[in-house]
Amino acid sequence: MRTAERPRWRGLAAAGVVHGAALAVLGAFAWILGDLLVAGLGQVDWAFLTAPPQDAGRAGGVGPILASTGILLAICLVVAVPLGLGAAIFLAEFTPAEGRLGRLVRRSLDVLAGVPSIVFGLFGNVLFCKTLGLGFSLLSGGLTLACMALPLIIRTAEASLRAVPPGLRQSAVALGMSRTSVVRHLLLPAAAPGLLAGFVLGVGRALAETAALIFTSGYVDRLPESILDSGRALSVHIYDLSMNVPGGDHRAAASALVLVVALLAINGASALAMGRFGRRLGAR
Amino acid sequence: MLSAVIVLAIFGLVLAEAAPLIARVGPAAFFTDAGWQPTSGRFNLSPMLWGTLLTAAGALLLAGPVGVLTAVHGRFYAPPAWARVQRRVVELLAGIPSVVYGFWGLTVLVPLIARLAPPGPSLLAGILVLALMILPTVTLLADAALAAVPAEQLQGAAALGLGRWATVRGVALPAARAGIGTGVLLALGRAVGETMAVLMVCGNVVQVPESLADPVRTLAANVALEMAYAMGDHRAALFVAGALLTALAALLVALAAVVGRRHAHG
Repeated sequence: MRTAERPRWRGLAAAGVVHGAALAVLGAFAWILGDLLVAGLGQVDWAFLTAPPQDAGRAGGVGPILASTGILLAICLVVAVPLGLGAAIFLAEFTPAEGRLGRLVRRSLDVLAGVPSIVFGLFGNVLFCKTLGLGFSLLSGGLTLACMALPLIIRTAEASLRAVPPGLRQSAVALGMSRTSVVRHLLLPAAAPGLLAGFVLGVGRALAETAALIFTSGYVDRLPESILDSGRALSVHIYDLSMNVPGGDHRAAASALVLVVALLAINGASALAMGRFGRRLGAR
Repeated sequence: MLSAVIVLAIFGLVLAEAAPLIARVGPAAFFTDAGWQPTSGRFNLSPMLWGTLLTAAGALLLAGPVGVLTAVHGRFYAPPAWARVQRRVVELLAGIPSVVYGFWGLTVLVPLIARLAPPGPSLLAGILVLALMILPTVTLLADAALAAVPAEQLQGAAALGLGRWATVRGVALPAARAGIGTGVLLALGRAVGETMAVLMVCGNVVQVPESLADPVRTLAANVALEMAYAMGDHRAALFVAGALLTALAALLVALAAVVGRRHAHG
């Protein structure tokens, strides 16, 4: 009797702990997002999104900061997408999955993905700001972000290229298509949704980044006039308002809300693209 | 190829900025000097190293069990539809920027802690915020590892009449051990390298903390705080901190790869 009783009691206790952990996680995050909504929602309107900040950010909006953020992301994408795509095609099509070169590249990608963002900031500061003489500028920041987004883009792009069914490739070879035209006319279209999802994830990572931007793109909150001007990203704005500007918390909450909504939209778009990708492959 | 070049360039450039100072004062100076007064030639980084290790370890102690249990909940306890929703939510949380976690910690958590154990910005606040930040990483990777447990093993357990918890503890968790280990190590790497959130809630006093309520400064936060005005040797010392951080993170990635590979063979 007792031996039968004990496991059941223990199973119930374990179930309680397991359910409790899951609830605690969801609860904590509902708390965070709820707080942001309550603190930020009343302030976000069209004027906030377009007006320049006033009084060090305590009043006014985030217009120029959104512009700087957009330019940073554009630079990051323009650099990282062709490089990442090229590297992924090379990895997926021209190196065997278990070859030595492929392994070396993949290993260094893993390390690159694990490098702390602040170290990317140091690196960008030395290479782009000092050595290449770009100074604190949107260009330096965008290039640093591109280095950070590359591992993510390469990895997802390689995975989606490898997911293209081998039958497609074999029939293309049987038809006598050259390797470049196989890549151009067959692989890229077939893998497009997965590639897109990877790019979107890369943008998301760049948008969330703060630490790497402080010493590369700088703090200036005016509307930038060229990509060699310093510009403040939205995440840096939140940091500056909450740490360095007494009384900046309200506007920081509003900015944080804008940032989180933008990221949720981006992740949603990526999930959508991935979902379509899965369906397309499943249909074949 | 390109990525290998970037990795080398990062290590190379960071080390090149740090090397002259290391060569001049010797590597031991960064652990035995009388304090961190970089403008007067004292470069002791060890309080910051302790700050980094303590916050990261504390966060892992909290987030590790909770994250694994949440993954177990999603795989073995929750109805499938609810588990899908839960997974989607955790995925979204993984994308929330660190500066937002930091802001929340600063405006909500720190005042709360200040009421219980002043001054508020503290090791405890850092641990809590970091734990929240790495929870999604632990949960998602543990979830993937549990999903990869062969169905026959679980069916075998069911055929033996094992209860749900006995199946989880006796079959699923041991089988997913390597995957969960990899996830925990990667999460630890993220915690070690995290800058903004920790910078915003930890108080940033250079000291080895004596209690959870003491403020601390981490290596990453130190770089972020002082880089803006650092010159000469001071700047070089910050690059030493950066190199130290990179080495820690690379070590964790390598460990994770070893754990993952053993899994593939076993």
